[in-house]
Amino acid sequence: MALYFFTPFIAIILTILGGGIIFYILGFNPIEALKFYFITPISNLYGFSELLLKATPLCLIAIGLSFCFKSNNWNIGAEGQLTFGAIVGGGVALLFYNQEGFYILPLVILAGAIGGMIFALIPAILKTYFNTNEILVSLMLVYVSKLILDYLVVGPWSNPEGFNFPETRQFSDSSRMPLLFESLRIHAGIFLALAAVMLSWFILYKTYLGFQIKVSGLSLKTAKYAGFKGKTMILVVFMISGACAGLAGVGEITGPIGQLHRMISPDYGFTAIIVAFLGRLNPFGIIFASLVVALTYLGAETAQIFLQIPKYTGQVFQGMILFFLLASDYLLFFKVKILSLKKNELRH
Amino acid sequence: MYKNFFRYLISAIFLLGFSVNSNTDFKVGFVYVGPTGDHGWTFQHHEGRNAVEAAGIKTTFVESVPEGADAERVIRQLAQSGHDLIFTTSFGYMDPTNKVAKDFPNVKFEHATGYKREHSNVSTYSARFYEGRTILGHIAGKMTKTNTIGYIASFPIPEVIRGINAMTLAAQKVNPNIKTKIVWVFTWYDPGKEAEAAQALIDQGADVIMQHTDSTAPVQTAEKAGVWSFGQASDMQRFAPKSILTSIIDDWAPYYVERAIAARDGTWNQQDTWHGLKEGMVAMGPYNSAMGADLVKEVEQLQKDLASGKVHSFTGPIYDQKGNILVAEGKVADDGMLAGMSVYVKGVEGDIPK
Repeated sequence: MALYFFTPFIAIILTILGGGIIFYILGFNPIEALKFYFITPISNLYGFSELLLKATPLCLIAIGLSFCFKSNNWNIGAEGQLTFGAIVGGGVALLFYNQEGFYILPLVILAGAIGGMIFALIPAILKTYFNTNEILVSLMLVYVSKLILDYLVVGPWSNPEGFNFPETRQFSDSSRMPLLFESLRIHAGIFLALAAVMLSWFILYKTYLGFQIKVSGLSLKTAKYAGFKGKTMILVVFMISGACAGLAGVGEITGPIGQLHRMISPDYGFTAIIVAFLGRLNPFGIIFASLVVALTYLGAETAQIFLQIPKYTGQVFQGMILFFLLASDYLLFFKVKILSLKKNELRH
Repeated sequence: MYKNFFRYLISAIFLLGFSVNSNTDFKVGFVYVGPTGDHGWTFQHHEGRNAVEAAGIKTTFVESVPEGADAERVIRQLAQSGHDLIFTTSFGYMDPTNKVAKDFPNVKFEHATGYKREHSNVSTYSARFYEGRTILGHIAGKMTKTNTIGYIASFPIPEVIRGINAMTLAAQKVNPNIKTKIVWVFTWYDPGKEAEAAQALIDQGADVIMQHTDSTAPVQTAEKAGVWSFGQASDMQRFAPKSILTSIIDDWAPYYVERAIAARDGTWNQQDTWHGLKEGMVAMGPYNSAMGADLVKEVEQLQKDLASGKVHSFTGPIYDQKGNILVAEGKVADDGMLAGMSVYVKGVEGDIPK
């Protein structure tokens, strides 16, 4: 069990080593390159705040995904739920354009969570009542949500003073996340992520629902035998997952972006899948994993600015982390047995 | 008391972070929206950067920076790490550029294709691509057999509508029966969608294809279908040698070098630049010999006249789709009208998406 939580660290160390080798082959000093990659970005307070800013949506989405993944529900469409949450939340923010009121921001946030929830319910309902494959449905819905967003920002919601550029108005201050420090971009959304961590820990480890989720994840047959109502649980985990992704989306648009346009997320919904697994689907593991993965984004930018290393190395690092994680799992947990043909083999 | 102390501590660390990283060499930073190898928009900005480097000035670039929340951090990091002049080369960087500019009054910012200059250290620049479109229109009007020109458009912003109108007006002048068919793809760069759009236009009878998007997919589709096409942003001839009649080339190099030297020597001023054929920010690729010597001569003359100002792309009378007059006979459209253009001229088919 200790080994189970230890492999992510092995994966990260291997990734750093692997990265060093790649930098060396590319002709960079590996130590210097790795320093610019993993240390420079967070060597000052601004950088550190940017790390938290970047990790917030990843953490939120991954927390939601952990409910799905733990119970053997493969929700791949968090990106779509994030987008749809941002659309609904953004719609409410635009509705209250130029209005004051303490209640506006909570409404916007709530709308975002509900939007994500509704969008996640589609694959969940199709799975439970029509036996469709949730991987395909949730993935395809990502494109649907992006097309809806495209339509809205180009057409009905585009800024009337914006010369037809594909973006909405800037939201009023009443629907923006409050900043935690002046001149830093980190905003109150981080508390949403922390609350999600606490709440998910409570649900997963202290409630009947959490127990159901874990049992279903370990063995669906056992869950059925125990008499758990599978359908309701599937709907609930998808709703939790969608709400978290929706919160991440609304946090981005009411936080650093401040309006709806076509590029609200650099595929956070997909990257969060790596985060969820690197964090071992454990709420506190996910905090750690989201910081590590967020750092690969920032590091890629810094490395390009200071050493002109192509920015795509960031994606290479994310890929390597997942690869090494899966590889070390495989090597650590698979026992090699040499079998000889015996009687019971013939039964098959 | 404790709270105040905490606050001071944070500001101190914050400021320290800025000061540690500053350094005295003059450096220019570039923020690109796409990869340097897109052979279109970003590729040409990168060529401009190479020219600045060749002029002996140190440069840095960051490619594929999404126009969302990440842009501000990248721009800020460039400002913070001792870059004195920063070019942000996409419309979506407009608000982040102005935001960062506020916090770094000693750093100069140049934002491409935007209209906000909220602080005295922000300049904007763009090119009069429509002058190139006038040349394309003239060629298209002469070369089409089906009298149908296919136009792959990105977003219904003034710049794109201006291009459609300039092209249509020039084509009508040499061929009054011309029709412009438009497909809106709502992207700047998506080879798949662009190729589909090109094919759809060809299927509707267009035998000249032009694009206001950045990939080489439309010209390659045109080459396969055996219809004419035009390159966009860079000289795309090698991707479709038979089909491409010429390309509109964005040549940012002279402007970048000039502005970088001005910033280094302390003569940089805020300005709003809109350069065209005259200054060389818009250039034309080699003309395809399939056009015939006469037509090549004609458009070379037209290119000269546009550059000298003898001919203007928007010379009246110009009518909108309903027949209302936009520009009176003998007048030319002023820059204000061009900058906010949001209606089609007569002869363009369809409506502007709303």
